[in-house]
Amino acid sequence: MAQHEEHTTHSQAFYLFIGFALLVLTATTVGAAFINLGAFNPVVALLIATIKATLVVLFFMHVKGASEKLTGAVVVSGFFFLAILLSLSLADYLTRSGPMWR
Amino acid sequence: MPNSQPNHGHVAVMEPEAHGPELVHQFSDVQQQKNAASLGMWLFLVTEIMFFGGMFCAYLIYRLEYFNAFAAGSQQLSIKMGAINTAVLIISSVTVVLAVKAAEAGKRKLLVGYLVVTVLLGLTFLVVKGFEYREKFEKHHVPGSTFSFTDKFDDNGKQYSVNSKEAELFFSLYFVMTGMHALHMIIGCGLFTVLAILAWKGHYTPAYFTPIENSGLYWHLVDIIWIYLFPLLYLISRHS
Amino acid sequence: MATTAVPANQAPKLNYLNNGHTIKSWLLTTDHKRIALLYLFSVTAFFFLGGFFAMLIRLELLTPEGDLMQADTYNKVFTMHGIVMVFFFLIPVVPAILGNFVVPLMVGAKDLAFPRINLLSWYLYVAAGILFLHCMLNGGVDTGWTFYTPYSTASNSNVVEAGLAIFIAGFSSIFTGLNFIVTIHRMRAPGLTWSRLPLFIWSTYATSLVMILGTPVIAITMVLVVAERLLHLGIFDPALGGDPILFQHLFWFYSHPAVYIMILPSMGVISEIVPCFARKRVFGYNFVALSSVAIAVFGFLVWAHHLFVAGISLYSAMVFSFLSFVVAIPSAVKIFNWTATLYKGSISYATPMLYAFGFIGLFTIGGLTGVMLATIGIDVHVTDTYFVIAHFHYVMVGGVLMGYLGGLHFWWPKITGRMYPEAWAKLSALFVFVGFNLTFFPQFILGYLGMPRRYWQYPPEFQVLNVLSTAGASVLAIGYLLPMIYMLWSLKYGAIAGDNPWHAAGLEWKTTSPPPTLNFDETPVVTWEAYNYDEIPDRPLEVPVAQ
Repeated sequence: MAQHEEHTTHSQAFYLFIGFALLVLTATTVGAAFINLGAFNPVVALLIATIKATLVVLFFMHVKGASEKLTGAVVVSGFFFLAILLSLSLADYLTRSGPMWR
Repeated sequence: MPNSQPNHGHVAVMEPEAHGPELVHQFSDVQQQKNAASLGMWLFLVTEIMFFGGMFCAYLIYRLEYFNAFAAGSQQLSIKMGAINTAVLIISSVTVVLAVKAAEAGKRKLLVGYLVVTVLLGLTFLVVKGFEYREKFEKHHVPGSTFSFTDKFDDNGKQYSVNSKEAELFFSLYFVMTGMHALHMIIGCGLFTVLAILAWKGHYTPAYFTPIENSGLYWHLVDIIWIYLFPLLYLISRHS
Repeated sequence: MATTAVPANQAPKLNYLNNGHTIKSWLLTTDHKRIALLYLFSVTAFFFLGGFFAMLIRLELLTPEGDLMQADTYNKVFTMHGIVMVFFFLIPVVPAILGNFVVPLMVGAKDLAFPRINLLSWYLYVAAGILFLHCMLNGGVDTGWTFYTPYSTASNSNVVEAGLAIFIAGFSSIFTGLNFIVTIHRMRAPGLTWSRLPLFIWSTYATSLVMILGTPVIAITMVLVVAERLLHLGIFDPALGGDPILFQHLFWFYSHPAVYIMILPSMGVISEIVPCFARKRVFGYNFVALSSVAIAVFGFLVWAHHLFVAGISLYSAMVFSFLSFVVAIPSAVKIFNWTATLYKGSISYATPMLYAFGFIGLFTIGGLTGVMLATIGIDVHVTDTYFVIAHFHYVMVGGVLMGYLGGLHFWWPKITGRMYPEAWAKLSALFVFVGFNLTFFPQFILGYLGMPRRYWQYPPEFQVLNVLSTAGASVLAIGYLLPMIYMLWSLKYGAIAGDNPWHAAGLEWKTTSPPPTLNFDETPVVTWEAYNYDEIPDRPLEVPVAQ
């Protein structure tokens, strides 16, 4: 049982900065949607969303600097198994030879 | 020393009143209790990720298969309202973090203030959502017997007709996903309201503010879910 | 320490059983041991309900014609059998009963991390059960326990109630798993490192991972089915643009790992029983511990082997087939290691050990037939036949249930302070073993010969095997009824058990039988490895007998 104090609170200015960054990223994703990037539109959108989510997880949810590595492992495993659900299901649909059920 | 003797005789009977929320009987010290509560909340959040994940899986598969219809449906959503809501949620996450900071510093009034603002922002989100749903209802985009979709998919100026059933599927997923998200927001608002009242009564001290922290984690996850919902539902294809 | 009665001048020690006699002290308890008994009561009740449905199935299948009930009724009967047995018996049986009781004791804690959430778990289970009983009384469900769409969205039966009951039961499961993970991570006694943990804890931990990660997906799937029925949403209904295979993907993403929720705790029980009754450390402790985690992780990668003939692509079928072979490996590791533990051990045959032997043999058969089913070429022929039914009953009844019964007998003295009557228990185990094989082995043959599952009539040439199966089920039923009788009998008349009648390793044996409410008078400090049977005096086991 690790008994470390969690010194994870940043300064108010820092949190406001992260919040501002998230708002900027939101504006960016909206702007990027209006530009024709072809197949990369969804990629860019998801990339920006993931950056935003990462900022929230690391700084707002205090995962960065948490004394227990376990917290990070729990977060990663949650998203990892979601990725398994999505990717292995897609592996079926993307390798079908015909159209999906009509 | 290993306890190799069988236990005899006297037993400490549990007296729940002897322990406050600061240290309950099954934990040996406060830090253990805090760590346990935090881990418990994180595990619950993992279940929420998988819960919404099932809907994201359905969304992903149907979007690939019925792209035109999904894009057409998406183009009927209001980017303005979606973006406002995204901003509202992000700001509410900031207020939550600052509430935790206030709790840690023992600033009771500031804590209550931030919690109240968070709830108000949450309610703002729900009100905007309400306007959006009403707009859907007016345009006959609610799945079911009243559904009617005649809009086209605008792809860089070219207009494509889409299958009405496929568009209805988009809106089914839209309502289920945003509806489930809104339900979680309502629960979050309720939670923070209760915490605000308890905080006002002086329940939380720098030594004990675990419920504020853990409810904050819940709120941030609800924010993260919206961070993904927004581009996936509202921004499928906007270049025209 | 075999005494037969408490001397009249000695007041019974204060323990968790006599610490409060009111109904309120039981129904509002937060003591994990009492909650385990609350589960024991409710889960056993559901087991017999599921068994009742099984009896109806086997009675109908005595004759080739559908003469006992209508086809629609038969659909409801096998559906209810499946739902009750899967969601209300197999998923909670070992974790919620044995796990709840033993886990805090084994890690040297006073209780689980969140006792009130533990109680909430039980109430959620009961609420789900009541909702399901209401569904049953309203005519039940006829979709099969797998709720495949589009029939489940179209069926006249009470799919909504059943779906909601499963949703609620799922949260009972999630909260139990959450409690276990936090307890095992945060509340181990001083000195109890991960590598000193009993293997039952490792299995329970792995099980809990699956509960947390998998159960929410069945929850959302049931919500979507209910939404589709109530709001005509068309997510899975092809007539409305939906995809029934998507339902199967989402359903089995949970329901396959669910079978590992069922088997892993029982495997943990076997890992406790075998070293005790072989008086030897577990062979390859690290491998057995890590194999539990491997099963939990790999178990999430194989679900579409339930969809081989549903219309998935051949390429993904091959991937899932390969991964299904891989997931068999850690299970095999356990079988090999238990066998190696037995080798040159000092083996005795008390009832828990008999169930452990039964488990090892029957789970091997069930597991190997699982590998056969993972082979696409074989599966195409025997899917949806009695071969599949025989396979999963071998692993669930021959595996999970045998492990549970072994564990129940093993820990009975700790739970109740009494010994069960050994002779009756051995007789029961014999009935279970013989009855089980007579019931289910013929079903392998029936399936291979082509008898479909879920049919209420069959060609006459299958009758002999079906009659054998029903006869076996009758014997099996006796094997399950006898413990009800003798274990209840033992509560009043069984020999008083000492702290450690089996001379077993493990912290739970270092406190009284039954334990006090807070488990230990002093927090134990662990300085020894698990299964240190070479240090525990190797006395011949004297199983106390009542006089």
